[in-house]
Amino acid sequence: MSKIVDFNAFPDAYGRFGNYGGSYVAETLMAPLAELTEAYLRLRDDPEFIAELDRDLKHYVGRPSPIYHAERLSQHVGGARILFKREDLNHTGAHKINNTVGQALVAKRMGKPRIIAETGAGQHGVASATVAARLGLKCVVYMGAVDIERQKINVYRMKLLGAEVVPVTSGSKTLKDALNEAMRDWVTNVADTFYIIGTVAGPHPYPLMVRDFNAIVGREARAQMLEQYGRLPDVLTACVGGGSNAIGLFHAFLNDADVRIVGAEAAGEGIATGHHAASLAAGRPGVLHGNRTYVLCDDNGQINETHSISAGLDYPGVGPEHAFLKDVGRADYVGVTDDEAMEAFHLLARTEGILAALESSHAVAQAIKLAREMPKDGIVLCNLSGRGDKDVHTIAAREGVEV
Amino acid sequence: MSRIDVRFAALKATHRTGLIPFVTAGDPSPQHMVALMHALVDAGADLIELGVPFSDPMADGPVIQHASERAIAKGVGLNEVLGWVAAFRQRDAETPIVLMGYLNPVEIHGYARFAQEAVQAGVDGVLLVDCPLEESAVLRPLRDAGLQQILLAAPTTAPARMAQLCGSAEGFLYYVSFAGITGAAHLSTGDIAARVADIRSRAKAPVAVGFGIRDAASAKAIAGFADAVVIGSALVERLAGATDAEEITVRVQAFLAPIRAALDAH
Ligand SMILES: Cc1ncc(COP(=O)(O)O)c(C=O)c1O
Repeated sequence: MSKIVDFNAFPDAYGRFGNYGGSYVAETLMAPLAELTEAYLRLRDDPEFIAELDRDLKHYVGRPSPIYHAERLSQHVGGARILFKREDLNHTGAHKINNTVGQALVAKRMGKPRIIAETGAGQHGVASATVAARLGLKCVVYMGAVDIERQKINVYRMKLLGAEVVPVTSGSKTLKDALNEAMRDWVTNVADTFYIIGTVAGPHPYPLMVRDFNAIVGREARAQMLEQYGRLPDVLTACVGGGSNAIGLFHAFLNDADVRIVGAEAAGEGIATGHHAASLAAGRPGVLHGNRTYVLCDDNGQINETHSISAGLDYPGVGPEHAFLKDVGRADYVGVTDDEAMEAFHLLARTEGILAALESSHAVAQAIKLAREMPKDGIVLCNLSGRGDKDVHTIAAREGVEV
Repeated sequence: MSRIDVRFAALKATHRTGLIPFVTAGDPSPQHMVALMHALVDAGADLIELGVPFSDPMADGPVIQHASERAIAKGVGLNEVLGWVAAFRQRDAETPIVLMGYLNPVEIHGYARFAQEAVQAGVDGVLLVDCPLEESAVLRPLRDAGLQQILLAAPTTAPARMAQLCGSAEGFLYYVSFAGITGAAHLSTGDIAARVADIRSRAKAPVAVGFGIRDAASAKAIAGFADAVVIGSALVERLAGATDAEEITVRVQAFLAPIRAALDAH
């Protein structure tokens, strides 16, 4: 199948990835989205814009991030070599900055003085506040009240960076509700406001634009593999919340049919318990937040409250490109439980001296599972999407430790 | 002619401005939903917009968000809503009913199944907020079954697109009076009069204006240049907490009667 499909041909002009994607928004947003699409498609091919973005990624974000062979972890697992793409080493501590640096430059070119963002784990909020501070733009971040509680450090970081953090108390008070509220803000303030969506969800052109800005991860990794190992990895893995770090790693490899791709979703307390956020593994096609994709909802079409130990994966939808990759069979999506992620977190900390974000720990757990079943000369390349500093309190609380 | 077309033709013939109340289905009380619908008609409603509750109402302000949350908590879904429409139709065969809401509940119900059940129940049109013209191909089964798709037009709608919306309009074209969410209150009639007049002269269907209309004064201000006015959040807010059919009826009367009178005095 991957022989027939050229994955670079997606999305189409309507933002569709096969049956998924599109622009399912209220009429009021159609014009601003058209304006954004037009601006972005122009800038995407503008050498000056590309040069400015490359400069920022290099000097401000700290790219390229290395790929790192986790030798002691691999040895401990006793299977294939596990390599990490070190997005945790980026400025602000996660892949999220790749996207916000890019979108902030688009906002600047479009002359929008005010930035809004939604955030779950707070990483995207921090990354948005960061670029807003740097460009002198006003920044408002919407965050679910539940997430504010479990990601206090990031809330304070955003405030230190000059952003206003608005608690969202509707619905499940998590990421999906923060996204609703940010959309409501945008529809009300379209004239002067740029909405930086933090993942490859939302209406067209966001899934395309956010993917493009994160695709640097896979482009670098692919070149680094060829340069340092003389070959491509056998399998890629990454955690999937909305799916931005995952598509960021996967995209440059989609047309490499021999490279297997596995996304790790949050299985929470186990998919069978219903307390999870595995939209692809356990959901069904539906429409949420401006696009058609896999969603977790009941038979009345009401979106479910989800559960994951990691706020950044606690989302009942997923980027439409992943829905497409699942349906055409190019990628597999599997669940990793809270417990498995925690175990991987500790193992990585003790064998490699790396504290991974809880989101990324899901990918680490999946990398371990994959490596275990593979021969020693195999290579698993895992996206280490972020660092775990923000999660120290959550982990301590879960383990009954006072800090 | 559809029930919606018949109703607008009658309004036009009598030089009246249509009154379209919006209520969230299942709020304030699932048991008294049919009574509420009849009360709306008795108080002067020309068409009823029935909001299908959705967990993630991106285009709605707090009033309708909370009404939806209350209804969902009581187990209200499309099956219940269609049941109420069918029950309402036993006594009222004329008042058009438009279901307003978001796409996911319809998608999950199944487009073909929804189309058949909705027509059978007596629904006349659908206004799916997050389904713009570009994505409307999925609604084909609904239109084939005879449901009219009510389109939205907004202050941000560009001229070329407005022409397209005017050309595709059926039932009525719903003009959103300002860029924002439901329930926000900043109606500036001066700005929109010319705009609505222009749309009205080109649209293939009558034009209703909604968002920001909360009372007799604001309704009257719009009546001068629209075929109908839509009143949602202010009514939903007024009904919240009413527990029995009589209280609901009294509140509906108290709220809508002055608005009806203002429209008719126009
Ligand atoms: C470190 C990290 N990884 C992953 C995610 C999940 O988002 P996505 O699936 O878009 O990469 C988040 C979201 O907050 C995050 O902070």
